[in-house]
Amino acid sequence: MAATQANGGAAANNNMFVDSLKDSATAAFLVAVLGFFFLPLKTDIASGGLAITYRWPIWIAAILIVFGGRLLLNLFVFKAQTPATRIIGDKLAGSSAKVPGLGRFLTFALLGFALVLPFFFTTFFPGQQRQYIDLAILIMTYIMLGWGLNIVVGLAGLLDLGYVAFYAVGAYSFALLAEYFDLGFWMALPLAGILAAFWGIILGFPVLRLRGDYLAIVTLAFGEIIRVVLLNWYEFTNGPDGISGIPKPTLFGLEFKRGEGGFADFFGLEYSTIHRFIFLYYIILILALITNFVTMRLRKLPVGRAWEALREDEIACRSLGINTTNTKLTAFAIGAMFGGFAGSFFATRQGFISPESFTFLESAIILAIVVLGGLGSQIGVVIASVVMIGGIEMLRNIGFLSQIFGPGFDPVQYRMLIFGLAMVGIMVWKPRGLITTRVPSAVLKERKKIGADMVAQGEGH
Amino acid sequence: MNVALKNQPAASEERWEADPILTVEHLTMRFGGLVAIDDLSFNVGRGDITALIGPNGAGKTTVFNCVTGFYKPTEGRIVMRHGPGRQQEAVDAVTATGKRWDIGDDRSVFLLERMPDFEIAKKARVARTFQNIRLFGGMTVLENLLVAQHNPLMIASGMTVGGVLGLPSYRKAEQGAIDKAVYWLEHTHLIDRADDAAGDLPYGAQRRLEIARAMCTGPHLLCLDEPAAGLNPRESTELNELLQFIRKTGTSVLLIEHDMGVVMEISDHIVVLDYGVKISDGAADFVKSDPRVIAAYLGVDDEEEIDVPEIKADVEEVTEEKSKRKPAKAKAKPKAAAKPAAKSAAAKPAAAKSAPARKASAKKAPAKKAAPAKPAGEIKVKDADKHPGAQPAGTKKPGEGGADNLTRISGIGPANEKKLNALGIWHFSQIAAWKKAEIEWVGSYLSFSGRIEREEWIKQAKALASGKQTEFSRRVDGGKVPSSRSSSRRTSGKGGKA
Repeated sequence: MAATQANGGAAANNNMFVDSLKDSATAAFLVAVLGFFFLPLKTDIASGGLAITYRWPIWIAAILIVFGGRLLLNLFVFKAQTPATRIIGDKLAGSSAKVPGLGRFLTFALLGFALVLPFFFTTFFPGQQRQYIDLAILIMTYIMLGWGLNIVVGLAGLLDLGYVAFYAVGAYSFALLAEYFDLGFWMALPLAGILAAFWGIILGFPVLRLRGDYLAIVTLAFGEIIRVVLLNWYEFTNGPDGISGIPKPTLFGLEFKRGEGGFADFFGLEYSTIHRFIFLYYIILILALITNFVTMRLRKLPVGRAWEALREDEIACRSLGINTTNTKLTAFAIGAMFGGFAGSFFATRQGFISPESFTFLESAIILAIVVLGGLGSQIGVVIASVVMIGGIEMLRNIGFLSQIFGPGFDPVQYRMLIFGLAMVGIMVWKPRGLITTRVPSAVLKERKKIGADMVAQGEGH
Repeated sequence: MNVALKNQPAASEERWEADPILTVEHLTMRFGGLVAIDDLSFNVGRGDITALIGPNGAGKTTVFNCVTGFYKPTEGRIVMRHGPGRQQEAVDAVTATGKRWDIGDDRSVFLLERMPDFEIAKKARVARTFQNIRLFGGMTVLENLLVAQHNPLMIASGMTVGGVLGLPSYRKAEQGAIDKAVYWLEHTHLIDRADDAAGDLPYGAQRRLEIARAMCTGPHLLCLDEPAAGLNPRESTELNELLQFIRKTGTSVLLIEHDMGVVMEISDHIVVLDYGVKISDGAADFVKSDPRVIAAYLGVDDEEEIDVPEIKADVEEVTEEKSKRKPAKAKAKPKAAAKPAAKSAAAKPAAAKSAPARKASAKKAPAKKAAPAKPAGEIKVKDADKHPGAQPAGTKKPGEGGADNLTRISGIGPANEKKLNALGIWHFSQIAAWKKAEIEWVGSYLSFSGRIEREEWIKQAKALASGKQTEFSRRVDGGKVPSSRSSSRRTSGKGGKA
């Protein structure tokens, strides 16, 4: 670096290096002090009390790692004239601009792959097909949830931290309808959606007047209220024991079972458990595609434009005669309805549900998918779901890590760490999510994408 | 108020009186203790361009917010009519029933103060723009105009259901909406920017877009809040043309504007507000020549008048007789002012004693007692009977120690001080003794009814007369406010302080 500088710059550069060294030394010293009782000293239970074992190399290694890392960061990011992060950021930002049709191509490629996915895995990974299809179903569920939440957060700009409540309402609606009224999946699915939408409206009313942080907190509380009620209303919901024996979906009355009258028997196929997984996969695929189709349609309808206008400026909306109360409620209701569908599917796939499945963490993951993907972007949600849900599951299969870190190492244990790192990385390089541009809903002559800096984020961001 | 109305041309002759699209009656808006609008009434004529003008803080935007439903007025009635004429029976009938509107083929009547903001835009068809532009910055120019057509499109999309199913009737309606948007884009010269983000447009174009967006709602009345703010002269001229065009399409316009060029050129009717009170109402020529407007608004500010004659500090010998009268008068004063607190009443005589010289200055004390019945002091003003109330008594010359610096009262500038001196008012103690009748008379005489109460002249005068300082007088003494005297400390109040 110094070589490229002129004479005058050499002194400044030298200064920078000294500063970096000082800063790194300070960081290393802090690590030495803070880590002293945790890293080099370890207590083991020995006969007659505790025995201290000393692990000086670990302590020294930690200090050196921090010193070296901090030095590199100082030299190339914090104090550098052109930070490495910006170079990477520019490259990332530029990549989509360089290939104009990339987004469209990617959409169709992903859709095509999604359609043939079960057969792809049964053909190429016959040994692990069940595992992969199961993972694909999970990813699809999150894509659907992400798309549903995208209506509320991305389009209408209302930050909802309790989306999992609608997922829970959908799941419990189906489970309870099946238990008390003996309804099948296809009968219960629309009812679950309607009930969830109803809950969306009930949630919507009190939060209509709230803005910003207050909106986020109240939605968070509502998410928790639903879970706590499910947990404590033992006579009705069976509380923490959950509900089991939820019926499996049928294909026009055909059950996926062995023997007479089953799906395999009807079509003259050899019975295989994988049929049911493929069937479930297609159900969630179709549900997700319906969600996407409806959302894309709604964006081009007055109600969708009103959502986006609401995100941009609520007062201007009212001055144009838009009933913002109804507009917000429809956003909550429709978003909740898709959450309810997904919940209903979740119940039938698992066959067993309990309040454990609907913790705040789920809400956070769904919201993270929407935010990482880029608010309002449908394809962004897909990419974020694949990366976050698929990526974390993939950690289970990475064998070589245990060779490095020892046999006891389970990468899944670190998924929250990786999750957090991914968040930090995205927020540094792509603060508005992966897909930041907004595609206009109506075009007169030329379709021009709108940069993220123009688009408002709505309430609670 | 009744003073202001007296000066108006005969009401029934005017177009906006005979066929008003909007009538504001006795509108009052209070924010806590602050009265932003005080009993305001005016009409907006059908097909007119009506301008609402006034100094900063006069309450113009508050009127707009009341008319468009963003504020709920404390009192008053705001009537919007779609049919011709005043339709007084229909208006009274709706008012009596507690309904919000009465919709008929050609005679719909809306009581805007009862309607929520979005319904005013949707049903009463009142559109508005904002002082600080409020566009949907992340949406394209075209989308902005489509959002404005939300309600008709919502019906065409079968409340969304038909639209999701892709019915052809919705496609047709949407095409119609786009055509309407294109029509307004052409008239606002924005057609080339139709697919750009609204936030990307330059300032002048954003102002035009906001007007186009408001017009896309199909309004009967368009309310524009400072549409020419920040425009260059060429854009300002274009705006004039646009507003003339909008008027031609049959939409009435109500605008707030500071740019007098725009206002005087295009307005058919001007309403002038000051401190939430209407001070003038009429056609441009009438308003332009209204002394009330000139005094309060059009630039001849009290403090700006240059031609302030030197006031001769005549010092008069205090006669034995005069100084004897003073204490008696000083005692009477607190009673007349009906001071409620016993403490302050007790404090008064003490304060009066501390500055006997000042008291001596108000020589014609006996004349004041007979205020309403016998208005004449020694100084007679021409047309004194034209003003309501009673003329305060004055003396030809200031008392011993010279005249007080009346500009130390917030609200009295050099020009008004001159006028007061002409009335024989030289001292704080004289002003402090004014009662309701005198206040009314002086307010009318100085052409700013209500300001004396609002600016609390009497309270200030009392404080200054007893030698106390007010916040404003400190600023005057500190040379921070232009005053009639450079060495403005020469006041009888000073002595009391020292």
